[in-house]
Amino acid sequence: MPQTLAIAWASLPGIARTTVWIVIVTVVLILCVAFLTLWERKVIGWMQLRRGPNRVRILGLFPGLGQPFADVFKLLTKEVVIPTNANKLIFWVAPMIALIPAFAAWAVIPLSPDLVISQANAGLLYLLALTSMGVYGVILAGWAANSKYAFLGALRSAAQMVAYEIAMGFALVGVLMASGSMNLGTIVRAQEGGVLSQNWFWLFPLLIVYFISGVAETNRAPFDVAEGESEIVAGFHVEYSGIAFALFFLAEYANMILISALTAVFFFGGWLSPWQGYPLLGATILGQPSFFWLALKMFAFLFVFLWLRATFPRYRYDQIMRLGWKALIPVTLVWIGVEMVLAHYRVGPWARPWFH
Amino acid sequence: MLVQILFYIFGTLLVVCALGLITARNPVYSALFLVLCFFNSAVIWLLTGAEFLAIVLVLVYVGAVMVLFLFVVMMLDINVAELRRGFTRFAWLGWLTAAALVAEIVMVVWSHGRSGLDVARTPIPEPASYSNTAALGQVIYTRFAYPFELAAVLLLVAIVAAIALTMRHRQGLKVQDVSRQVSVRAADRVRIVKVKAEKRP
Repeated sequence: MPQTLAIAWASLPGIARTTVWIVIVTVVLILCVAFLTLWERKVIGWMQLRRGPNRVRILGLFPGLGQPFADVFKLLTKEVVIPTNANKLIFWVAPMIALIPAFAAWAVIPLSPDLVISQANAGLLYLLALTSMGVYGVILAGWAANSKYAFLGALRSAAQMVAYEIAMGFALVGVLMASGSMNLGTIVRAQEGGVLSQNWFWLFPLLIVYFISGVAETNRAPFDVAEGESEIVAGFHVEYSGIAFALFFLAEYANMILISALTAVFFFGGWLSPWQGYPLLGATILGQPSFFWLALKMFAFLFVFLWLRATFPRYRYDQIMRLGWKALIPVTLVWIGVEMVLAHYRVGPWARPWFH
Repeated sequence: MLVQILFYIFGTLLVVCALGLITARNPVYSALFLVLCFFNSAVIWLLTGAEFLAIVLVLVYVGAVMVLFLFVVMMLDINVAELRRGFTRFAWLGWLTAAALVAEIVMVVWSHGRSGLDVARTPIPEPASYSNTAALGQVIYTRFAYPFELAAVLLLVAIVAAIALTMRHRQGLKVQDVSRQVSVRAADRVRIVKVKAEKRP
């Protein structure tokens, strides 16, 4: 049976196989989002000495595990209220615009040594272009709802995202310099050779900048002024209810997973094992590259997202702008200069023979 | 064949969006049509194999420039009727520009056709290892290094000029000095006063 399946799989045309993979990745991603919301509430609960959701069970077991599904069905059955004088077309389109880039970005992410949906050569640029698209959903939602709170949230997030995109782009320029390619598969392969030859070691300031900008780009706490419950109610999605609101929710969490995956790919060797080539551990199955390493790294960064949310109070708006323009961007610029020196003296990743 | 079909689909969309851009009554719709225009032209560039330019077009114009455009358009209360008044008065200028552009395109096509070059040549597919970005970089940083640097300096001057024009130092403004805020100690702000206990009456 597995053999016939394998033969049938191989006989499919390339486009059909790609479509199947796209469907699998999307469905798994949506499930991950569902359980991430639960995990978030649980983790923050534990950090605040509460239990978190523990009522809805699956098959009478696992207290709390059914919570995401209960939430989804609740949202699906609720009425979607469209405010009077809202721009109906854009009001409907905005959540979709927010959602599409979050999913489309997965096309170029290498999931395992031989699984990536598209091996685009300009993968890194494609990702930058797509992550910069996410802001449209927020702006249009804020504008179309014809509400002052929503509009304020939209304006805040527009300025914030444009500011942090620059820092993010510069951090990625550093990654590009260290791996000599914009293909994400090549970026991962360039980090072969154990945990110390992964990019985070030589590009540590860029890692910090990238992750902070990632948190800011996803509008997560402590950068969530676009939502700012205590100031502007819920920011750009105040007027959204039911499933339209759920789409924004889905986009936010999918973006979190995306940023975690990208941090793992750019700075921690993606699907490479941290002990690759090390004595003892490197020879066992733990030294083999596989999807599980990527999943493990993503899980760790997602935890950092939740940890940040449970720990820090929200930034004030001018503090956000200050941090973005006056702290993060100069750090990246300086570090690109440092990288130039390192490359000239062939230190670290630039010592590899294929680089020259 | 497929490339041609795609080209015509996206070309038509591009023209439709361009028409929408200049005819839409709502300025926000106009801005959104412009975004769509950028996307369609990016796809057309992709079809000719210029992946770097295509993605950079989306990255720079859609991701940054148009966001700021939308920002401004939404903030300002633009009276469209007021702006439309000059529409017919300056229409001849628009027609003139359009005619000049068409003439230029025709001239290029015509001169290329005369010199025996195949104008409407479909690009030869490059091997998978070919990187458009690397190829561009090799040309820009060697043959065209000086013009490229010149363009960069020009942009820098524009940035500095924009900031210099809009920055005003007003007197008596209360600004935060973050280093002072950070270096504040409790002793600077809090004074502990010993208060004698009241005597019980």
